[in-house]
Amino acid sequence: MDETLLRSLTPSVLGILVRRGIDFAAAEDAVQDALVEAVRVWPADPPRDPKGWLTTVAWRRFLDAARADAARRRREDLVDEEPAPGPAPTVDDTLQLYFLCAHPSLTPSSAVALTLRAVGGLTTRQIAHAYLVPEATMAQRISRAKRTVSGLRFDRPGDVATVLRVLYLVFNEGYSGDVDLAAEAIRLTRQLAAAIDHPEVAGLLALMLLHHARRAARTAPDGSLVPLAEQDRSRWDTRSIAEGVEILQAALARDQLGEFQAQAAIAALHADAPTAAETDWVQIVEWYDELARLTANPVVRLNRAVAVGEADGPRAGLTALAAVDDALPRYTAVAAYLHERDGDPATAARLYAEAAQQAPNLAERDHLTRQAARLNALRRR
Amino acid sequence: MAKYLLLKHYRGGPAAVNDVPMDQWTPAEISAHMQYMRDFAARLEGTGEFVDGQALAPEGTFVRYDGEGRPPVTDGPFAETKDLIAGWMVIDVDSYDRAVELAGELSAAPGAGGKPIHEWLELRPFLSEPPTITE
Repeated sequence: MDETLLRSLTPSVLGILVRRGIDFAAAEDAVQDALVEAVRVWPADPPRDPKGWLTTVAWRRFLDAARADAARRRREDLVDEEPAPGPAPTVDDTLQLYFLCAHPSLTPSSAVALTLRAVGGLTTRQIAHAYLVPEATMAQRISRAKRTVSGLRFDRPGDVATVLRVLYLVFNEGYSGDVDLAAEAIRLTRQLAAAIDHPEVAGLLALMLLHHARRAARTAPDGSLVPLAEQDRSRWDTRSIAEGVEILQAALARDQLGEFQAQAAIAALHADAPTAAETDWVQIVEWYDELARLTANPVVRLNRAVAVGEADGPRAGLTALAAVDDALPRYTAVAAYLHERDGDPATAARLYAEAAQQAPNLAERDHLTRQAARLNALRRR
Repeated sequence: MAKYLLLKHYRGGPAAVNDVPMDQWTPAEISAHMQYMRDFAARLEGTGEFVDGQALAPEGTFVRYDGEGRPPVTDGPFAETKDLIAGWMVIDVDSYDRAVELAGELSAAPGAGGKPIHEWLELRPFLSEPPTITE
């Protein structure tokens, strides 16, 4: 059974239920129950009309739940009548669900969890596994998030930017356990791009595709990080790159630049270089300048210093770095790299070891420790 | 079954026998060490004795309540802190002897020169739920 296909039906089925007048939280529970039932029943008995099947089962589940709850008389009255067939499911329902699940009243972690469940159709258990928290904790997070948004109108347009931030967060978590969050983020962004015509949605989708294309090359068989310059580019996924570049070019042609398009443009320039040495660093610096105009994020200036170091030499890179806040994560790692390029292995080794102490994750810490060890071993010779 | 915490310290325990900072090892020695740690955890998962393992950043902050309506007081990080935890592994084993055996194996992870580090690991039993049958 194609579970991705099944899950892709989630938002439209949920949209149908909400339009029939069920409140969002109850509708979402009913759809989740129907998905679980589908996983159980479909392999042996696949339905001819999957969406119709899910809608019917979700509706029945809702009726059962509502009837079982004697306190909810009002809802019982509502459901005693046969439902109107409901308006044809539209793209609009899907879009409204994205807005609701990324509503500004939700914390980022709640918005992420709710989006993965209500739009993505993942189970609470799968989401809990992916974020390495107990299932009961994730269940609470999701039900609190549902309570927060349940009073909101379903027909108000939301802010695309908040949705994009949520999807970006999901993508950046990478993957752990049995759910590939990066692939799921791409699927959800693709679905969003089909529901709304917006250059930054396209920009984010392009950015994800271009980074996802490098995934196989990014880690060695032993799990250690392989930096961009040392990656085996023959292992990059050329189809994913071609798709990302095409989407990006169409977005850029509309002349409404945003930060995701600019980030995707940088990723595209890396993807375009047959070897690390052939990278067009001058253009990359220009895109970082563009990005710095679009966002106040100080990390842009840090990354720009690396690009300047490649375009104009390590001295220029160190000069650019001097203007960056040295408390930024990875500042010391960048300084180490530029000093090594500048022919100062002693300073570089010391800074790499220092950067390892500050590393935000194990893979980076191990990588930076190795860099320090490599330079120290060379110096001992 | 009984759960034990294996604590690894950045400092605070007695010095390891093969006490060389990792950035002074060769890259190959680092790889061998990482492989040993991964194999160890995988083996414990295989025997059904692994519960959890996490690494901690060296720098932390002390925080305490400062009274009604005030933000918490924070202090640190303290460069002179004597006891600094680097990470832990939680195991669920049949006996204290088995816990000691496993801690000994973990301490034998290779370090500089490919020789075992012989680092000191702290073994702490979890306080468990009271048993149902007590008489």
